[in-house]
Amino acid sequence: MIKNKWKRYYLKNLIFYAICFLVAIYCLFPFYWAIISSLRSSADLFSTEIFPSRVTFDNYKYIFTDITFGCSFWNSLVIATLTALITLAVCLLAACPLARRRFAGRKRVLLIALSVTTLPHVAVLSGMFEMIRVWDIYNEKSALVLAYMIITVPFTLWTMTNFVKSIPKDIEEAAIIDGASQYIILRKIFFPLLGPAVVTTGLLAFIAAWNEFLFALTFTLTNQARTVPVSLALFSGASQHELPYGMIMAASVVVTLPLILLVVIFQQRIISGLTTGSVKG
Amino acid sequence: MKRQSMKSKRQIKSSLSNWLFLAPCLFVLAVCAGWPLLRTVFFSFTDATLENLRESNFIGIDNFINLARDQEWWQAVLNTFLIVAVSVPLETVLGMIVALILHRNFRGRGWMRAIVLVPWVIPTIVSARMWAWMLNDAYGIVNELLLKASLINEPIPWIASNSFSLISIILVDVWKTTPYMALLLLAGMQSLPQDCFEAAEVDSIPLFQRLMKIILPLLKPTIIVAMIFRALDAVRIFDLVYVLSSGNSANATMSVYARKHLVDYADVGYGSAAATMLMFFIVFLGVIYAPFNRKKLQNLD
Repeated sequence: MIKNKWKRYYLKNLIFYAICFLVAIYCLFPFYWAIISSLRSSADLFSTEIFPSRVTFDNYKYIFTDITFGCSFWNSLVIATLTALITLAVCLLAACPLARRRFAGRKRVLLIALSVTTLPHVAVLSGMFEMIRVWDIYNEKSALVLAYMIITVPFTLWTMTNFVKSIPKDIEEAAIIDGASQYIILRKIFFPLLGPAVVTTGLLAFIAAWNEFLFALTFTLTNQARTVPVSLALFSGASQHELPYGMIMAASVVVTLPLILLVVIFQQRIISGLTTGSVKG
Repeated sequence: MKRQSMKSKRQIKSSLSNWLFLAPCLFVLAVCAGWPLLRTVFFSFTDATLENLRESNFIGIDNFINLARDQEWWQAVLNTFLIVAVSVPLETVLGMIVALILHRNFRGRGWMRAIVLVPWVIPTIVSARMWAWMLNDAYGIVNELLLKASLINEPIPWIASNSFSLISIILVDVWKTTPYMALLLLAGMQSLPQDCFEAAEVDSIPLFQRLMKIILPLLKPTIIVAMIFRALDAVRIFDLVYVLSSGNSANATMSVYARKHLVDYADVGYGSAAATMLMFFIVFLGVIYAPFNRKKLQNLD
């Protein structure tokens, strides 16, 4: 009887871990395959061995010495960082009254932010294009930073508001009783306590800007101004039929590895950031 | 009397400071979203072109009439809804499985969480390229494996053929967005009273029955909201389609169609009309979503 129970316990666990394993394969295999393909020489590229027998770093050598790719990597880095910083500054300020005060129009602001998150980006394309041309920033980094605000600001505003709300009110009240001004409360209480939230939302904004494609494709023209996703999408060999897949995969791995590292380090934070205030009942 | 006026003065001051704090954010939203959106709607009634944005003529609803007459547009609408209708339910089911795994306390849960996030964090363009390589009809690993398992007799043209290419787009979209779905469902599961789960486990009710009788009914509101949330996002799908359909208009979605006319054909008026129509579709979906939104706002109080 007891033996039977143990047997069932083990069987159950075995099935559970088998499912886990399948899910892990499903999630990771495409990226694994990209790594494997990037390590193959062009002669070996079409081999379909799951574990490669020969490894070469030629594709990576090419990618790292390629000026265009270096440019777009740098562009993406600058644009994503700037976007995250500006978004954080703007949303930190706005989230404090939204989370703490009750005033006419508060809900309306939140509702507007929520509607903007669902806006199709192609619907602001022509208006934005005109604006960028008037300000003469076409093909510049600032154009993309500006455009990315529409993606990052509404989302960050929601998440940040929810984070501020989760800070206990007593601390703030104690400070008010001690005669602290609004500015002091903000600087000495909210900002330090919001550290983790800032890291989380900043990270999410960075990732969103790093991965964005539509605006980057439309508002850049030259190879030097492109971001990583655009160069990757437009990367092609001598002809349509012989795409240099080894190099494309090497470039894909290079632009994705930093993100995967971030995910491994910050997984808990990212998950809380993605789900805070998004859908709960 | 005096006290009252002082109070109202303070109130005014405090509400002013509220708006002062909100000002930068509202300014950014107005410049990046509000104004361009209005301009797009305006352009959709004109014959503006990329070279000639400023001196366009008002042409009424001609753009919309032409749009309604264009077979390609309706194909794009159909494609978009096919993608939404297949991909959202599929990723809900898969997301549910992943959420159930992550909800359990087991060794290696942290690693599993990180692994599950990988498809989400990979840039869409990279996913598209990766899968395009795996689905390559002559050298792709997918065909190779299917052939070896003798599930198919000849390689499937995943990207080259129109109907298969739509399937590929859905496949990659499901792969990419399942993690997000799983996280939404997981968050919902974690906000449910945990004793229900525990009680069911103690009574050793089989998993399938637990799922049907306890978890799904309790989680229904979350599932509905998550599905609408994802549907709103999937309607505007662009990146994947752009790369995987390689310019083939038979597989275009509404976003791809609008951008093609707007930028590639430089017909800003017509492209804007298509974009405006897409926006209407989303507003329509949003109206269904609205009751849930209200609940969400109430939660904020």
